[in-house]
Amino acid sequence: MTDATIIEAREGEARFGDYVALLKPRVMSLVVFTALAGLLVAPASIHPMIGFSAILFIAIGAGASGALNMWWDADIDAVMRRTSKRPVPAGRVGADEALAIGIALSGMSVVMLALATNLVAAGLLAFTIFFYAVIYTMWLKRWTPQNIVIGGAAGAFPPVIGWAAATGSVSVEAWLMFALIFMWTPPHFWALALFMKSDYDDAGVPMLTVTHGRKATRAHILIYTAILAPAALALGLTSIGGPVYLAVAILMNGWMLIGAARIWRRDEAVAETDKYAVEKSFFRFSLYYLFAHFAALLADAALRSGGIV
Amino acid sequence: MAIRATHELHKRRFSRNLGVGLALAAFIAVMFGLTVAKVSNTGPIQGFDHVVRPELVPADGTAAQ
Repeated sequence: MTDATIIEAREGEARFGDYVALLKPRVMSLVVFTALAGLLVAPASIHPMIGFSAILFIAIGAGASGALNMWWDADIDAVMRRTSKRPVPAGRVGADEALAIGIALSGMSVVMLALATNLVAAGLLAFTIFFYAVIYTMWLKRWTPQNIVIGGAAGAFPPVIGWAAATGSVSVEAWLMFALIFMWTPPHFWALALFMKSDYDDAGVPMLTVTHGRKATRAHILIYTAILAPAALALGLTSIGGPVYLAVAILMNGWMLIGAARIWRRDEAVAETDKYAVEKSFFRFSLYYLFAHFAALLADAALRSGGIV
Repeated sequence: MAIRATHELHKRRFSRNLGVGLALAAFIAVMFGLTVAKVSNTGPIQGFDHVVRPELVPADGTAAQ
């Protein structure tokens, strides 16, 4: 073998952006925002540089678990239209590279978070990465239609980690922020599954739509939204809640419940005629819902620090 | 095959190499900033070499020779 064969151009060779894509930057942006909210609303002051580093390492940890997810799920990602262009199924990044990057960044982020902040935050980050990569990706995702419910816990940890980074412990406020994301995740993804139906069906992932049918999925969206609303309102009654949060929570949970009820009342024939317009708008609204709740917590924290409330 | 200073491979992988280089530089900057923040948060720092440490001086004023 000559060196010419070693360095021959590969079809679609990885660029730096492909390695960034491996870390799921869109998921990471949600992690950064919720972790930052958890850190800033916590009743403790933190040096800005230490706070910045904490958010950075939480984001890198989340990205690392995304890379591990892409390594393990390359086979089903290749089947689904939404994920087929990801770096591993597209052949631009090797599965072994994704695994190496995932493990290396996981270790680095946990150690660095421990050094920058404390062992509680680092332990929570390590558990989150383990939960997402092993419990969710390797085990539950292909085994149970409740995959989204339990897997949602991984996405719910960032504000708890942010809180722990600032305070060194966790409290009821942190766990209610966890509950907000945890209960929000199933209706959000089940709405997606309703209008992206062929994807999950083709990949054989046991989504609720595949195993229990669409009617049951519509009922589940309504039930989980009904449980989500009191969890969201309860957060407003804790020390980190305030007038802005309560107003946002009352309005948005009311609207979310109306949307969930509309989805529940519809059947497939009606949904097909308007190309799942209600499901799509519920999905879009649910994104704003989560953003608005955490933004409202930040607004109340700013009002409190300004002595206004 | 002749070895050239700039191979086609270098051009092809330029974005990757640049990205990794910048990421490493950013990591060093974060480490430096974090170190400064940590050290300055721990209160006044004594120079331990060639400096008299007040707490080691006996209270009666008879300092060890």
